[in-house]
Parts: sequence; C-alpha cells; structure tokens
Amino acid sequence: MKIDIILAGVGGQGILSIASIIGYAAVKKGLYMKQAEVHGMSQRGGDVQSNFRVADYPIASDLIPMGKADLIISVEPMESLRYLPWLSEDGTVITNDQPFVNIANYPDTDSLNAEFAKIKNIVVINADQIAKDLGSARSANMVILGAASPFLKMDFKDIENAVSDVFAAKGEEVVKVNLACLRAGREFAQKIN
Amino acid sequence: MSKHLFLGDEAIAQAALDAGLSGVYAYPGTPSTEITEFIQHSKQAKEGNVHSIWAGNEKTAMESAIGMSYAGKKAMVCMKHVGLNVAADPFMNAAITGANGGLVVVVADDPSMHSSQDEQDSRYYGKFAFVPVFEPSNQQEAYDMTYDAFDFSEKYKVLVMIRITTRMAHSRSGVERKAIKPQNTIHLHPNPKQFILLPAIAKVNYKQLLDKQPALEEESENSSYNHFFEGKDKSMGIIASGIGYNYLMECYVGTSCPFPVLKISQYPLPKKLIARLVDECESVMVIEEGYPIIEEQLRGLLNRTGNIKGRLDGTLPRMGELNPNVVGIALGFPQEQGAPIPAIVVPRPPALCNGCPHIDTYNALNEAMEKYGKGKVFADIGCYTLGALPPYNAIYSTVDMGASITMAKGAADAGLLPAIAVIGDSTFTHSGMTSLLDAIYENTPITVLILDNSTTGMTGGQDSHALGKIGSICKGLGVEEEHIREIKPLKNRHLENLKVIEEEIEYQGVSVIIPTRECVQTLSKRMKAKAKA
Repeated sequence: MKIDIILAGVGGQGILSIASIIGYAAVKKGLYMKQAEVHGMSQRGGDVQSNFRVADYPIASDLIPMGKADLIISVEPMESLRYLPWLSEDGTVITNDQPFVNIANYPDTDSLNAEFAKIKNIVVINADQIAKDLGSARSANMVILGAASPFLKMDFKDIENAVSDVFAAKGEEVVKVNLACLRAGREFAQKIN
Repeated sequence: MSKHLFLGDEAIAQAALDAGLSGVYAYPGTPSTEITEFIQHSKQAKEGNVHSIWAGNEKTAMESAIGMSYAGKKAMVCMKHVGLNVAADPFMNAAITGANGGLVVVVADDPSMHSSQDEQDSRYYGKFAFVPVFEPSNQQEAYDMTYDAFDFSEKYKVLVMIRITTRMAHSRSGVERKAIKPQNTIHLHPNPKQFILLPAIAKVNYKQLLDKQPALEEESENSSYNHFFEGKDKSMGIIASGIGYNYLMECYVGTSCPFPVLKISQYPLPKKLIARLVDECESVMVIEEGYPIIEEQLRGLLNRTGNIKGRLDGTLPRMGELNPNVVGIALGFPQEQGAPIPAIVVPRPPALCNGCPHIDTYNALNEAMEKYGKGKVFADIGCYTLGALPPYNAIYSTVDMGASITMAKGAADAGLLPAIAVIGDSTFTHSGMTSLLDAIYENTPITVLILDNSTTGMTGGQDSHALGKIGSICKGLGVEEEHIREIKPLKNRHLENLKVIEEEIEYQGVSVIIPTRECVQTLSKRMKAKAKA
C-alpha cells in the first residue's frame, strides 16, 4: 500500500494541520511516512505545498515524482491546479472552492471551474461555508480532510481517532466541532461520487 | 521503541540533547532555524540547563561554541550555508585548535535557493578545513550521526561538520531515539596551549590536523554510513551521497538496482571504496545534492577517462536541487507527467503581510525618493527584501547581511548621491553595526533606515538582540543625536514621516531613521498568548 499526496495552499492557510492528522494516524498504524514541508520565505502569503507520502514499506524519496501523486488536497482553488503535473492518471483532486485573493491577476471563477471540469476525478467543496455552518469557521481544513478521507486508503475510524487525539489538548468542544467538520466533508465527497 | 515524528532539523536537535549537549549556539536562518527552536522548547533541555539563546550572528555563535568546547563540554553551532561565510574565520581556525569537549557544526545548505541568495555547498568548507563531514540521507541517519558526532569529535579532538540540505532539514519522518548520555563536566584540554594560535603553535596544530587525516579516512572506509552495495551490471557504478541516495532508490522501488552502488555519507572520501567501484565498473555516475564535489575530484581537471557522469557532463542538471525525476532521467527511465499547469494559474510570490510596518515605511521612502530617481536605495536581508517586488519596487540591492549600509557608503564614495540604506533591526545587530561605524568614521553622507519591528521576522519571529536599543546603539557608535530620528510607520503619519525622511536625505552626513512598530505576526502571536493566559 502507498499513498502519495500533494498538499497545497497559500502560506498561512495551515495546510500542515491536515498533514499532521494523516501523519498521526499513519504512524499509529505502524506505517512509514515522509513529509517534505516548506518553511521560510514563501510562508509570507506565497504558494506553499507539502509532499506527503505514506506506505507500508520504507519510503526512499522525500519528494513525490511527477505523475505519481494519488491525491492533490488543496485548501485554495487555484493552488490545486499548480500541481497537476504531479497527479497520476487515476489521481483525485480535492479542493476548497473559496479563493484566497492576494494578487491582482487572480483568475475568475468561470475559468477556474472550466479547468476543474477537465479533471477526471475531482471533489470541489465549499469548505469555508460548511465549517461556518457547523460553528467553527477555522475548521475548514478538517472539512477538506473529510472530503479527502474516502480516498486515503485508511480506516475512517483511525482518522477520527487522530482528530480526537491531536485536538484533545484544546478541549472537548474543539474535538467535537472538528469531528463534525470532518464527517460533513466526508459525507459531501461520498454523495457526489 | 516507539518512533518520533521529527523534521530532519528536529532529529538533529534531539540527538544532540541525547548525546549530552550543554549548549547550542545559532543565528536563525532557513533551513536551519528549527534545530535551535526545538532545543529552546525542549523540556529535556530546560531540565539539563542546556544553553539555547540565540546568538548575535553566526560568527559569535561559532566562537561561543568553541569556548564551551574549550571548557570541556559538548557544544553545537547551527547555521544556514551563507551563515558559514560569516562564521568562516572561527570555523577554519577551530579546525586548527581542534576540539576539547565535542564540537559539532551543523550547516543547512539550500540548493535551488528556496530562501537564499546562493546555493553554495558546505562540503567544500569541510574539505577546506580538513574536518570530517557527515551528510545524512534520512531523518534516522540525521539522528544517529549527530548522536555519534560528539564522541567522534572527542575521540579525534576535531571539529565535526554535519551537512544537511533543505529537503533533509524540512522533511518529517519516524525516528528512533537512543539512550540519553550525561553532559560533560568542566575539564580543560591537557595541552594548555592548544587554543593559542600563535604562529609557532598553529604550525604544530596544523600538522597534527594533517596527520589525523589518514585515520579520518580510515573511519570513512569502515563507516556504516558509507556502504558498498553489490550489483551485477558492471557497465556502470553509481556513487550517491546524502539524499541523492534516496532519489536513486526511488527509481528502483519494488525492484533492485542492477548496478553496484556506493552510498557516501561520511567524509573525507573513502578512497578505497571509490577505487573499488571505479575499478569494477566501466563508467561511474555521481549523484550528489549540491555542487559536484565528488564528481569533480573523480574527473580531475582533464576528465581523461571520460567515463564519469553527473552534473558536469549534463547527465544531471548543473544547478538546483535533485529530485526523483531528474535522477530518473539520468538513469534512462521514462518519466510520467500529469496534466500541464493550466495557463490561468499565475505566480503567487511571497508578499509583505497586511498591516506590515514595512509597507508604510516603503510608501514614505518611495515618495521621498521620487525626485532623486531610481537606483539609490540599498537593502538587506529580511522580510523588507520583498520591497524589491511590486507594488513597491523600492530597493536595488540585497547581497549579504549588513551590506546595505556599506554598499550605500561605497556608492556615496563614488558620488552616487543620495545613498540610502534599508536594514532590519536584527540584521543591523548581526552585521550592520560595524558598517555604520565605517560611515561614521568618514562622515559619509548616507541615510540609514533601520526598520525596527522588534523581531527577526522572516525566520518566524525570534527575539532581536537590540530590542528597544537601536537608537542608543547608533548614538554610542557616534551618530549625531539630532540625526537619529525615530518614526512610527503608520498610514496616518505618512506626511510627518515623509518630512523626516526628506530632511535626513538632505543632511550631508550620517543620519539614521528608525521606523519603529512591532511585526504584525509577532503582535498577533503575543495577543493570542495573552488571551489564553
């Protein structure tokens, strides 16, 4: 078993919180993982990505070869497209549809949707709205993770447990709302597929 | 034993603590920053009273570490590759003094220049200084090598370098820890003159260092980190160093490499192992992250044999970091690629944060400079370097820490006036103070803006050594008091700030303007912590 994921977003959006949950679940299962992160200059509002690899055998490269990623998980719509050369033929894109506009020439919604329509397997989700409706606008990342969960080749229970453990220090309420966001994201993805 | 999920940087930090470290010395610099930060936040370090406060720059860090080693304790000094240029003087000479307590320097190179101005390879420094270099290929090796490096340093009384690169520093994986060793007690070197590098003594020490080389080479020959993997296909042998080895192995997932492979992670280079590979194989491919240092030595100046492949003959790209694709291409594997990046995807360069004080400073400075024309503002290294990009287009140089002030001075000496320097508070204390002294000494007509956001912003908000002291430092160095002007960079103070900048540009001597307002990132972090408390 192996799963290669490109996590994408804009510096400051917190893509690493998604990675930390999957990583936690993977390590708990005794799986191997490698996760290359981006620190430093690009964190100031630039495009950021993380190469995240899980397997049941030792992983060689910290970077995913082009055309080999199983998933692109993006918290920002345009950023999900930046990494298409890495996506495998049968790979899936899971992306938030809420743009983060900090540049003048950001593409319009129609042209983004036109590009999404060309992608074979894709889940486009308004994670911000779902998280807001559930009472925690800050938990959009967990909605995205939930939407990606059917494609993770991991037991959903293990991901739920990881969310509970990772957020445990922040109190029961925080755990509850993050779990609700996770499940809502999963439900959304399952409905459209 | 359970595994810990560590960044390469964190694995190094934890290993040093477990090996009995007494102090880490460093100045923040991507991709090395997280080593020291890990130790600063470690309970184990706190309990052991391990020194971990940031140093003023890499040179002072290196010297403090030498001092701790002199006292018999284990010391580590961490920096990014260009930081080693700043620390080169004590680094080269610590190779001559040798170590007493274990002395380890960790250097994080940044090939592809993700957050740097060049991609120099620190292994050259290691060779230059005749010190052993360890180059881990994964997080576990980063841990194990650091753990062992202190004993290695004490065994041979040498300075030891650990060289990592961005992907090693900032990639996370499972790591198993070893038993915690106690810290050393204070004990002096048996030779009381060991650290006195008077020429007569330095000559003796240098000879000792050269005499140690065969033993260090023998260590490399027998090191478990340098491994010869047999292979049936002798048409080619492969030398892969550091994380280059990972990319090689990625090409053979689920199968095995048919060629003999020599993995190198410890230097000086193991000549016998290399000779064996070269003798057995018709050609040799060298896969190394960074400059082609192994390849260059193998080829020699003339490349008479013509059978060495790597970065120098175009088999691999001459510059930039390696990745599984370029290594795959070098080995002749067809490469897959997903859909191309759609044309609507535009670059999203890093930018100054909303509310950043530098924005207001640049807006005022740009307006003040309008009448003087372009090309007269010299800047430095930090978040404010982003002032080079639109919409500001405010600065014309970024070379090295502190260079803004001295470049402005040189330009002023040449008659390019007015000459303005822009430098941050932390960069100023790192390397700008002596530059300013040069200008004061000659009363060169330059205007220096020291952007005081009370932190080292670009690397994540580390404490600045000059917190609240920039004005008094400038006064102490000799800037006339009436030409040290503190302003608050805010939109609603634009006109008064503009007036101050215009006045000081007109002044024909050294003037300093200090736009002072806290970084919005550290401010919001501070407010969050306060709300929590």
